[in-house]
Amino acid sequence: MAKAATRKTAAATPSVERRAALAGQELSATGVKLAVLPTAERISLRAPEASVAALSKALGVTLPRKPKTSASKAGRTALWLGPDEWLVIDEAGKDPLADCAEVTALHSAVGISHRNVAISVTGPAAASAINSGCPQDLSLDAFPVGAASRTILGKVEIVLLRTAEDAFRVECWRSFSDYVFTFLSYAAGDAAA
Amino acid sequence: MSGAFRIPGAGRLKQAKTARFSFDGQSYAGIEGDTLASALLANGVHLVGRSFKYHRPRGFLSAGAEEPNALVEIRRDAARKTPNVRATVQELYDGLAAQSQNRWPSLAFDVGAVNDIASPLFSAGFYYKTFMWPKAAWKNLYEPKIRAAAGLGVAPDQPDPDHYSARYAHCDVLVLGGGAAGIAAALAAAETGARVILADEQAEFGGSLRFESGAGIDGQDGFAWAQAAVASLKAMDNVRVLSRSTAFGYYAQNFVGLVERVSDHLQNPGRDLPRERLWQVRARRVVLATGAIERHMVFADNDRPGIMLASAARTFLNHYGVAVGRNVGVYTANDSAYAAAIDLKKAGVNVAAIVDLRDNPTGPVIDEARALGIEINFGRAVIRAGGKLRVSSMTVQPKNGGGERIIPVDAILMSAGWTPSVHLFSQSRGKVAFNDETKRFVPGAYAQDCVSVGACNGTDGLSATIDEAYAAGAKAAKDAGAKVAKGTKPKVDASESWSRGMLGAAPGAGPNTTVKAFVDFQNDVTAKDIRQAVHEGMRSIEHVKRFTTNGMATDQGKTSNMHGLVIAAETLGKPIPQVGLTTFRAPYTPVTFGSIVGHARGPLFDPTRKTAIHPWAEAQGAVFEDVGQWKRAWYFPKAGEDIHAAVDRECVTVRKTAGLFDASTLGKIEVVGPDAAKFMELLYTNPWEKLEPGRCRYGIMLREDGFIYDDGVVGRLAPDRFHVTTTTGGAPRVMNHMEDYLQTEFPHLNVWLTSTTEQWAVIAVQGPKSRDIIAPLVAGIDMSDEALPHMSVREGRICGVPTRLFRMSFSGERGFEVNVPADYGQAVWEALWAEGQKHGATAYGTEAMHVLRAEKGYIIVGQDTDGTVTPNDAGLDWAVGKRKTDFVGIRGMARPDLVAKGRKQLVGLKTKDPKVVLEEGAQVVADPKQAVPMTMIGHVTSSYWSENCGRSIALALVADGRDRMGETLYVPMPNGTIEVEVSGMVFFDEKGERLNG
Amino acid sequence: MLLIRCPYCEEERPELEFRNAGEAHIARSANITGESDDDFEKFFFIRSNPKGIIYERWRHMHGCARFFNAVRDTVTDKFIMTYKAGEPKPAKVPGVAK
Repeated sequence: MAKAATRKTAAATPSVERRAALAGQELSATGVKLAVLPTAERISLRAPEASVAALSKALGVTLPRKPKTSASKAGRTALWLGPDEWLVIDEAGKDPLADCAEVTALHSAVGISHRNVAISVTGPAAASAINSGCPQDLSLDAFPVGAASRTILGKVEIVLLRTAEDAFRVECWRSFSDYVFTFLSYAAGDAAA
Repeated sequence: MSGAFRIPGAGRLKQAKTARFSFDGQSYAGIEGDTLASALLANGVHLVGRSFKYHRPRGFLSAGAEEPNALVEIRRDAARKTPNVRATVQELYDGLAAQSQNRWPSLAFDVGAVNDIASPLFSAGFYYKTFMWPKAAWKNLYEPKIRAAAGLGVAPDQPDPDHYSARYAHCDVLVLGGGAAGIAAALAAAETGARVILADEQAEFGGSLRFESGAGIDGQDGFAWAQAAVASLKAMDNVRVLSRSTAFGYYAQNFVGLVERVSDHLQNPGRDLPRERLWQVRARRVVLATGAIERHMVFADNDRPGIMLASAARTFLNHYGVAVGRNVGVYTANDSAYAAAIDLKKAGVNVAAIVDLRDNPTGPVIDEARALGIEINFGRAVIRAGGKLRVSSMTVQPKNGGGERIIPVDAILMSAGWTPSVHLFSQSRGKVAFNDETKRFVPGAYAQDCVSVGACNGTDGLSATIDEAYAAGAKAAKDAGAKVAKGTKPKVDASESWSRGMLGAAPGAGPNTTVKAFVDFQNDVTAKDIRQAVHEGMRSIEHVKRFTTNGMATDQGKTSNMHGLVIAAETLGKPIPQVGLTTFRAPYTPVTFGSIVGHARGPLFDPTRKTAIHPWAEAQGAVFEDVGQWKRAWYFPKAGEDIHAAVDRECVTVRKTAGLFDASTLGKIEVVGPDAAKFMELLYTNPWEKLEPGRCRYGIMLREDGFIYDDGVVGRLAPDRFHVTTTTGGAPRVMNHMEDYLQTEFPHLNVWLTSTTEQWAVIAVQGPKSRDIIAPLVAGIDMSDEALPHMSVREGRICGVPTRLFRMSFSGERGFEVNVPADYGQAVWEALWAEGQKHGATAYGTEAMHVLRAEKGYIIVGQDTDGTVTPNDAGLDWAVGKRKTDFVGIRGMARPDLVAKGRKQLVGLKTKDPKVVLEEGAQVVADPKQAVPMTMIGHVTSSYWSENCGRSIALALVADGRDRMGETLYVPMPNGTIEVEVSGMVFFDEKGERLNG
Repeated sequence: MLLIRCPYCEEERPELEFRNAGEAHIARSANITGESDDDFEKFFFIRSNPKGIIYERWRHMHGCARFFNAVRDTVTDKFIMTYKAGEPKPAKVPGVAK
């Protein structure tokens, strides 16, 4: 299905410049570093239970079925966002949309590579910085490495993924990225306390 | 030496440095570690403020957060002026500058004190009774005057330059209060490995161990033990220790708000540190170890500077090394004041006499006082204090009457007993219970997973407190899921103990007296006021409180509530539990706005959303307008142009050649799945099943009530894939509306929704030259009218990047909307702009977009509709599928009121004078000569000057509008009535030929 | 801030992630055009607004984005239970006498 969306994977070189939001921005504070991450391929994947196996195979990563979890393989991460919803992020330059296009099992794959911006928050005070505006319990017991969740940061929605004990990936919509980076910058300055 | 009243060898500030400070312009020296209160007292300063209503001179009542009197203003610089700072809480730093409040021209001579002489006029309920008439005087005279005279302190008049931080935190056990009980509970909980937070409002932990010279734990002095125990807690990874942190509110499900004062105590906080940090803590279990607060004695003129709580005098002596006087009197109804007298006597201060209301109390402290040679008077009362700016004497009388004796003193230490601090327990919705034996309210039924320990639970004595707290801390950790650990309970070697006391007015301030015996110092409420409230008919303690304002000041009646309650109960002739306690509410102590706001100010007040093309528009000098959180280019003025000239030029250029418009903010939703068309049929009024892939349709979405909710152009990309657009402001709620129906009413449909608003940047190119501008950059799409007719969509490439190219128009001209992945938005815009320049195209903003669409009679949902407009009202019946049997709103549209005659219908209005532009929102009437209030038959929804039409144009909702074509109606305005003619909604190119022009 | 158990995420999450969506178990008729004016009024406009136990819809807006149902006591503001959309109205609610 979803043939209409697949055609644009055909090779062609843009003749114009890609200007990613906040490209290259970084900030260092005591115990926390912020960095806007390079662009990545992303899809919003929706599918019923019966299609999960086929989609996992096509994507090369097993779509997690447990709430607040993620699975990762070869630069591709699938985050459980809801009972029939995954955010698939590919940082290896491969297009998950094209992979899903081959799957005949019922699903919806929509390209959102440009919709989201990712910011990494790393360092011993990373969780504290995020907890400045995120009400979830980010202790390792409650939010272990690999945990993923849509949630709130200050006044906006984010998707939060813990990539290591002291490292998080914060995904937000493009136009909220300035707010999120600014918020985290303020928070980082006080996170070591 | 930092002050004449500092006693060598006393207190704990031994190795500290001198800190210079000023109060009302006078310089003093204190010691680092002092509070402003202890430093002033060390210099013999007691008079620090004037009271709220009567402007009576006031000093320090307490040594802590319960302080009602000693409120000062702290000035760091012009912008950093903090009013109502409790001098007993403010820590001293070198250079601190404080001012007294509520006085003019000076603290010692205050004109406002005339209120004290005129006080019979200002008795309870004064405000309710006095300013009743004439009615107009309230607004013009009374309120402004009262507002000018009222209030405590002066609010700063500049923006707050400090920043405030915030943190959510989670723990297994939250211990509130860092006295002996809190520390013991935290130790027990922490030993299990549970996540523990221990918080205390003071700079140093220890609570009453700060003044209890008779306490010893684990072989150390009590205070020293507390410091060692807290140090060991701080060293543990699973423990967070928060000092200077006040738990101000206890909310549902163990959610507790604390404010940590981070830098108010520092000389140079620097720019990095926040002033305060808000902690929002979610705890599995809460241990309340909030202690108890000493009560004052209620007697005549008990508010004179120099009269204070016994425990406060003891704190000033034992912690700060300051004697509150040289010749002190003691007035008490329990043992604790004896300990104060003993400590002061031992420090070399003369204790003139202890006056004890009790008849023949016995006990070790009484024996010790006697052994030290202190005069003790049982069964006697202090019926009056002498002195004005400072107490000079106490008048003693047998409590049942008799001869008076005046004893000269320079301070009076008083204690009526101790009130358990059940504030947070009560905020947690726990119910307090009255213990008739000890005459105090203690925690009764619990509503949340918390436990009270120590003095706040009515537990007396250090051993019992530690036993109870240690067990409770261990149990809280266990209940929170921690493993049982074998720790060592602190061992109490020596302790002090007291209980009981008295409540209400003391002798000399009883019924039939008119003396000023203060119950609530901060709000100037006397015993007489409370009795008067009852006599005037107040029966409920809540009414007594509001009528007298007892307990309603910023100290929330920490020292006054129990006295007030008992006086009311006595006057009512009811037992105390039947009268009941007033409700405790957050905040426990005042909280700054800054700490509540936290990061949410300046750039973080609200997200500012900008499109990918925003930087280009900004560089072009565009003027932006706010549309929801978005910044949208409003118009692009050239040199010398105002908004009218710019918009006129933009509108004309679009129709003459072409214009580029940033439409990226439009909401976009991708609807995907085999049942996509079925779903669209249910959510929109239009038919979708037969729309061919590659074609578009203007869709209308209704709510179930039949009113227009949103609209937008929808393109069918594939049989199972729709690209839906929504209004800019409607995007989130439309998505929610669609998800709601999909998940809960039509869950059988195999279709999914994804927001793609931010995936695509959208560049509208409109005008006769639009195709010429786009075509050179496009690959893979046949752009001929045959292959790409009006209302169609194709996928291909532009500038080598993927595009969804819509042929559609919101201007009435030949038009396209170029969707490209957002990061390419600006570059593709720039390429199109370069092409456009060859044809003389313009960039245009939202204002021109509005004018152009109004010239064509295209509506804007939310401007021409207001949530009460049906498709028929808006003239959009053509967009409703006549053969459809179901869609959201189909039944609502058939409601009797929605099909009745007389509904307001959207029509055009042309002013008789073409130069006159109507005001949006102006009312329309049929007969301008009728009497006011006129019968209004409609209102203007959109109105503009149209340069293309050479006249003003307007849309309006008018009752039976479509039956009034050509009719003259009237728009009454303040400076005259405007004649208008009802017309169709299309003002330009009525036949629509230009869509292919 | 309340904690609300999301039946899809299978844990309690902070209230900020949720949005209330009105009374639950008010089904839209499959034959809505056949509804009388009175029935439509009851369906669309009339709500029970009880003091005490209310059955209501919530959406885990900023979480799994699912709509679900909850039983809440409007007096104590306590959630008694939550359950997935489409599941029947619970006949017995724990701790509530009926």
